[in-house]
Amino acid sequence: MAIVASRVGQSVERVEDNALLTGRARFLDDMPVRADTVHAAVVRSSHAHAEVLAIDVSAALAHPGVVGVLTGTDAIRWSKPFVVGVKQPMEHWCLAVDKVRYVGEPVAVVLAEDRYIAEDAAELVLVTYKPLAAVLDLCAAIAPGAPILHHKVGSNVVSERHFSYGDVESAFAIADHIVDLSVRYPRNSCTPIEAMAVVAEYQSQDGSYDVLSNFQGPFALHPVMALALQIPGGKLRMRSPAFSGGSFGVKQSVFPYVVAMALASRKVGRPVKWVEDRLEHLEAATSASGRMSKISAAVRADGVVLALDLEQHDDCGGYLRAPEPASLYRMHGNLSGAYGVKNIRVVNRVVMTNKTPSGLNRGFGGPQLYFAIERLMQKISKHLKIDHLDIIRRNLVPAGAFPYRTPSGGLLDSGDYPEAVRRAIEDGGYSGLIDRRDKARAEGRLYGIGLTAVVEPSVSNMGYITTALTAAERAKAGPKNGAHATATVALDPLGTVLVNTASVPQGQGQATVLQQVVADVFGLPTTAVVVNLEFDTQKDPWSIAAGNYSSRFAAAVAGAALEAASRLKDQLIEIAAHIFNVDKSQIVFADGIVCAANKQNTELPFSRLAALSHWSPGTLPKGVRPALRETVFWSMPQHTAPDEADRINSSGVYGFIFDYCGVEIDRTTGRLTIDKYVTMHDAGRILHPAMVDGQIQGAFANAVGATLYEEFQYAPDGGFLSGTFADYMVPTACEVPDTLILHMETPSPFTPLGSKGVGEGNCMSTPVCLANAVADALGTEDINLPLTPCRLLSLVGDDEPEPAEKQMSHKDAAMAGDLTGEGDLKVPLGRSDLWRALLDPTILATVIPGCHQLHQVGVHDYQAEVTLGVGPVRGRFNVSITLSDLKEPHTLVLTGRAEGPLGISKGRGQVFLEDLPNGTRLRYCYGVDVSGKLAAVGGRMLDGAAKILIRQFFQRLITTIGAKAEKGSVFTRVLDRLRRLG
Amino acid sequence: MKPAPFDYVSAETVDEAVAVLAAEGDEARLLAGGQSLIAMLNMRLIKPSTIIDVSRVDGLNKITSTEAGLRVGAATTQRSLLDLPQLEQYYPLLSKALPWVGHFQTRSRGTVCGSIAHADPSSELPLCLALLNGSVELRSDRGHRKLEADAFQTGMLQTACAADEMIESVTFPAADKNSGYAFHEFGYRHGDFAIVAVAAVVDKGRVRIAVGGMTDRPEVREFRRDDTDLDSSGWLDDVLNDLAWTLHGSDDQHATSRYRRDLVRGLGRQAVKEADACRV
Repeated sequence: MAIVASRVGQSVERVEDNALLTGRARFLDDMPVRADTVHAAVVRSSHAHAEVLAIDVSAALAHPGVVGVLTGTDAIRWSKPFVVGVKQPMEHWCLAVDKVRYVGEPVAVVLAEDRYIAEDAAELVLVTYKPLAAVLDLCAAIAPGAPILHHKVGSNVVSERHFSYGDVESAFAIADHIVDLSVRYPRNSCTPIEAMAVVAEYQSQDGSYDVLSNFQGPFALHPVMALALQIPGGKLRMRSPAFSGGSFGVKQSVFPYVVAMALASRKVGRPVKWVEDRLEHLEAATSASGRMSKISAAVRADGVVLALDLEQHDDCGGYLRAPEPASLYRMHGNLSGAYGVKNIRVVNRVVMTNKTPSGLNRGFGGPQLYFAIERLMQKISKHLKIDHLDIIRRNLVPAGAFPYRTPSGGLLDSGDYPEAVRRAIEDGGYSGLIDRRDKARAEGRLYGIGLTAVVEPSVSNMGYITTALTAAERAKAGPKNGAHATATVALDPLGTVLVNTASVPQGQGQATVLQQVVADVFGLPTTAVVVNLEFDTQKDPWSIAAGNYSSRFAAAVAGAALEAASRLKDQLIEIAAHIFNVDKSQIVFADGIVCAANKQNTELPFSRLAALSHWSPGTLPKGVRPALRETVFWSMPQHTAPDEADRINSSGVYGFIFDYCGVEIDRTTGRLTIDKYVTMHDAGRILHPAMVDGQIQGAFANAVGATLYEEFQYAPDGGFLSGTFADYMVPTACEVPDTLILHMETPSPFTPLGSKGVGEGNCMSTPVCLANAVADALGTEDINLPLTPCRLLSLVGDDEPEPAEKQMSHKDAAMAGDLTGEGDLKVPLGRSDLWRALLDPTILATVIPGCHQLHQVGVHDYQAEVTLGVGPVRGRFNVSITLSDLKEPHTLVLTGRAEGPLGISKGRGQVFLEDLPNGTRLRYCYGVDVSGKLAAVGGRMLDGAAKILIRQFFQRLITTIGAKAEKGSVFTRVLDRLRRLG
Repeated sequence: MKPAPFDYVSAETVDEAVAVLAAEGDEARLLAGGQSLIAMLNMRLIKPSTIIDVSRVDGLNKITSTEAGLRVGAATTQRSLLDLPQLEQYYPLLSKALPWVGHFQTRSRGTVCGSIAHADPSSELPLCLALLNGSVELRSDRGHRKLEADAFQTGMLQTACAADEMIESVTFPAADKNSGYAFHEFGYRHGDFAIVAVAAVVDKGRVRIAVGGMTDRPEVREFRRDDTDLDSSGWLDDVLNDLAWTLHGSDDQHATSRYRRDLVRGLGRQAVKEADACRV
């Protein structure tokens, strides 16, 4: 009898790929919907912070093909605010009800026969705002007098907790060195290729909602949605298709739209479909939290860290949206990283700013934490003049210490960190890298080496989020812990094995691994195992931990499938032992056959044995349950709730990563080239080597983006600037080098397969590893991401050559704004004539570019309807203009504000008139802010566009007041000046 | 990301296209490769009443060698120009610049004349046309006219093309046998809009440089070289530093004006040196 080799551990062909490569995979937008489905377009705020005074939907409703408009009024009537993870009087509704708190916040949903009509009508919804001062920066948000986002809270700090483990004070008192560092981590996201999508249907017969979406979990958000909709959980049916175009955690943030579209369906009595577009996604879907950290270490002379003192401020955006503030707490059990440091103090503050709310994102909390710890370790090495590798080695959790309890309560399950480092140094060619650095430096090149060691937590303990509450608050709410993984294995009458899990994969290849695991259990070929990963909360077994997050598949879900298959196999063994009349220990499953090892002629095809419970349950031995279907809910005992002292084992298993790299920075362009990148992983037992390497390479690519290219950027007034992939710079295959991936396998004693998560590690390790290399190359400590060539060249710090002639500059410091400029021109007209012209509304109407009508509404106040644009890019705007600070005939200030579907622009300009021998010199300076769509997608061109419009204004001024431009002088001079401002 | 309603006309002849243009004027836009137009349509940055598709006009995708140089028809894709045999020999600048235009996928659709018409300030082909002093042939139902590159692109996304006119072709003068050509560009990612692009042509007596990405249109400057050694008493560095400061550059979310000036100095030097080395 042939023994079938184990499939687990082999890189078997992915079962998903055939459908993906032949275009037969169905993504959410491909799913059939009811014929009467209406399509939604979302009206979003162009303001970062404003009161919503009124919403006029009449023009939109009158538009042919429009079925209805949902606003905050409906949200108040039919729903409740989402529950929040901290005890604060904050309200977050699915649509803005009183205030908007970030650019892109949903304000209304327009429902129409198709999406095109819905978009047409969305431009007709008139929202009246009262703009408020916005606060974007973390420091500004916590400063006294900052604009407050949530007034009932009274502060932008909505959660603050202090933790202390061990004896931090004594450690700092006896330390030979104290080394400290302040770092920032930017806001970015992993941007899946398929954006979010929802089809929602209100069922008026029983008041329930049926929702098909690409929500990926965690299904702890299911109660959040059901409570918001004010229905029992069972009346919110959430379904997900088998295929998804990626998520990286990001699609968790579809949940407010699930509620909004559910209400929209209720409003119009028809199913509603909404597919998020790229601009919506980048602007308003979600972001990793930004972080500002201060960290200091008490260090012994030999480089051993005795204590860490950490203060973290997390930028969670305009609303604290579940599961936030989890970004701060997911890593709480492993605050000491890969190190044996015994004493830790940490202060966590959750801060609101006028930006998109934060949420799950590959690496979740890890990149931010390790950027602080691992940059500090590099600084310790420089400060103590001890090799960085030695600093790491001297601090690692020692071999043989596992399972190792961290000071903050984490239980590191398995590993041999020093051995993994040793192998990586040897097998990765570390000494060769040192040689390359020495050689490059001898040639005057900028070359640096970075290192980092981290633990990669996976299988989150659902209870960790409650660490944000005090022990007393937790006691009141009842303990929370655990994280059930759910898997079902069934047999059909012909012997096919069916597998379902509550996992909602996002393209990883989970069906392939489930086939491997289950086929091995039954000794079957993988083709005998059919996996269906569609998910339906009304029909499939699940727990609140269901879903695709925290790298839980290999460790938890695949393990649950193994246990379900094993239970079913145990029943088959009982039946087979009865049939063959042998002891159960003798039953063997192999090659599609079941037999007794010690008895001749006992072979039975697996299909025959599997069929028995279907066809002839009466023949089963007494007390044996039919072998039809087994569902396993797997959880781990190590997942305990936070204890009295706030210790929490925040994850179930912890992998180890040790990375190092060599980078070079080009002195001419500032471009960083990754010369070599080595990444060593111990993620326990490897189930599918190619997929593990794929996860590592994928997380590395995301991390290269976070480190070198990607950041959600905002203008000072809160306008969003990264609305396309031209401005939000995700690296392409050309920008992501190959890595040398090394493995070590120390199986986890806590998981059924010995495996651990591996999907997020490089998102945590790579940014700081590359940053350490840059710090090494440039000898600088102040490293801010993303390390764009522009930023790197400024870190290189060469002085700029002086211009041969002193450049003209009379920028008026008073002109604040994103876009500032100035200019002047000679007008062959007396000063008082020019002054009168400037104050004449008829002239004003002709000089404002594209002015349709101008109404004087006050002595010096005007309102106009204006078509503004540059080249073919044009839009109609409502403009208000005020002239002020008039000092006849010397100077006046012109304040303007334009609002339209393309966005909002506010500007302020000052005009100075000076006598010249044959005319007047008109000098002006201006500052303009632009937000909304134009800023989000056209940031690269805004400065030029502002200049063009202002130039148009003054050019027309010249023509209109009848002054002939002095040939070859004024006109060209004006143009030249303006151009030079460039 | 759904366009506002528009009428679509697939023109079969240039006459038909200009007739529709004459009727619709400013409210119509021409579609050739659509690599900029479609994105702007979808984002509703533009809302034309009519789209006139000229990509199927017979003969409009021709590349012809004329006395004035290489005449490229309005429907010619960037890729077919790049694939032209012996391009490297007769039009070395185009051969060096075209691989920087977008990505190979977009070059298969995007047209040469479309790039010129779009007039993006950091675009490669307008820069080449400006450096080579090429020309643009415009057509309307009023007739033909020809504009030199410098007169054609008037600013950011702005050209001298009247509302009823379309580009029928552009002409790139052939390389001068005694000159060397180079094109250098820097963007953060492969295929990105250039932060700064520099094209240079160098012969015995002059250095001509075109810079994109610094102002609202390509800037061309020509310098007499008195010495065979470009670096004699720092001549080239001084020229480039003056150029950098004159153009100044603007600040945006990706790069500072200082960085742009650094690139003019750095890439400019690389481009001029390379062009000089390519000289026969």
